[in-house]
Amino acid sequence: MIQIRDLLIQRNGLDALRVDFLDIQRGETLTVVGPNGAGKSTLLLALARLLKPSRGDILYENKSLKRWDELDYRRRISFVFQSPLLMDMSVEQNVALGLKFRGIPKAETRRRVWKWMQQLGVESLSKRRAGQLSGGEAQRVSLARAFVLEPELLLLDEPFAALDPPTHARLLEDLSALLERDHRTAVFVTHNLNEASKVSHRIAVFVGGVLRQVGTAKQIKSKPADETVAAFLHEMPQ
Amino acid sequence: MPFDPEIWQITSLSLQVSTAATVISLLIGLPFGTWLALGNFRGRSFILSLINTGMALPPVVVGLVVAMSLWRSGPLGDLRLIYTPAAIIIAQTIIAAPVVTGLTAAALAALDPRLQQQLLGLGASRGQMVWYLWREARLPLLAALMAGFGSVISEVGASMMVGGNIRGQTRVLTTAIVLETSKGEFGQALALSTLLLVLTYLINLALTWIQQKGRKADWSQSIPERGQSAPRK
Repeated sequence: MIQIRDLLIQRNGLDALRVDFLDIQRGETLTVVGPNGAGKSTLLLALARLLKPSRGDILYENKSLKRWDELDYRRRISFVFQSPLLMDMSVEQNVALGLKFRGIPKAETRRRVWKWMQQLGVESLSKRRAGQLSGGEAQRVSLARAFVLEPELLLLDEPFAALDPPTHARLLEDLSALLERDHRTAVFVTHNLNEASKVSHRIAVFVGGVLRQVGTAKQIKSKPADETVAAFLHEMPQ
Repeated sequence: MPFDPEIWQITSLSLQVSTAATVISLLIGLPFGTWLALGNFRGRSFILSLINTGMALPPVVVGLVVAMSLWRSGPLGDLRLIYTPAAIIIAQTIIAAPVVTGLTAAALAALDPRLQQQLLGLGASRGQMVWYLWREARLPLLAALMAGFGSVISEVGASMMVGGNIRGQTRVLTTAIVLETSKGEFGQALALSTLLLVLTYLINLALTWIQQKGRKADWSQSIPERGQSAPRK
């Protein structure tokens, strides 16, 4: 579904991300792990076409992102950030936002919004303003807002990092179940390998802005590709 | 005095020219301020510094420049606008536009920069993104509008220089106050000043009410504790 070839992204004149070769299959959940500054978020922004490559290319459905109509492409994906970034409106309106952008009819929007609010357990909060939600609730709304679009590609940038451990664990479980059930293609960024192994089919390890290794958690733990990966695994919380 | 037709004419003209200047400033300042806040281009800081300087433009200097431009022998003299309400609107727009532009840029720059990416990541077109950023910054944008209107309804220098304070044609509240003071008619000047203050207060009261209405709606519902989630950081 996605092919990344010889990709270089520069930010502020410095190399922020280098990926020589990476494929993401349809229906796969690829987890991207690495320490802070590893280029994980840069990869997601590039996949969302919010950053332009300095070199190389990303192909979506065998067509370069440069050749896709920007809006057409962006409306096939959905992005969830670490911070919920909800708009100052009700939960229901927030969840409906992306559908509104796409001009989906009101009845259809309402049906889908309620379906996904129920799936994420926030239907009782539908009339609540975003500013009145707790962190866990806000992130559930953020997930519902992304899932309601039923995107071809879901990009998740450490969506639970700022939450307390019990909420984090519960949301991770729910997310994992939804991805598994719908066979949705997703790229999930985290800096925790254990978390990665719970959600994903494969794991991509980034260190220093470079893709170092791709494989299952077991493969990566038993055979780190190089010293940088081994050092990351060593420093990672168990 | 409250039923003096001349006072009503002066008050009406004051409101008309200042409202027109504020609306034109909004039409210029909102897109320009947005471009400055969201754009990433060379010279942006320089333009912002010019706009910030423009926010403190002395009305008499604006009046002088506009008067020279609209003077019969000036570059825009053929338009025959000097000493007309249109000339006052032009001068007041030059005063209010930097205020609206600067405060619009500041309001949008204060939003979380990732909000743009989030809106685009949800499939917003550029236009939809800007619209929702305006919506998100609506309270400070309303403050920008209030500041723009306040800067022109209260100015006297530019209105006097380009309008000429002609009775029945270009006399506005501020220039009328100056005239009455110069004649030693302090009672009349005070009455006009009170009228100006009340008008300004009522307009700002209406805008503040709109501004606060949105804010109150956020907190009008109780917040039951669900207990399972951490407070939002």
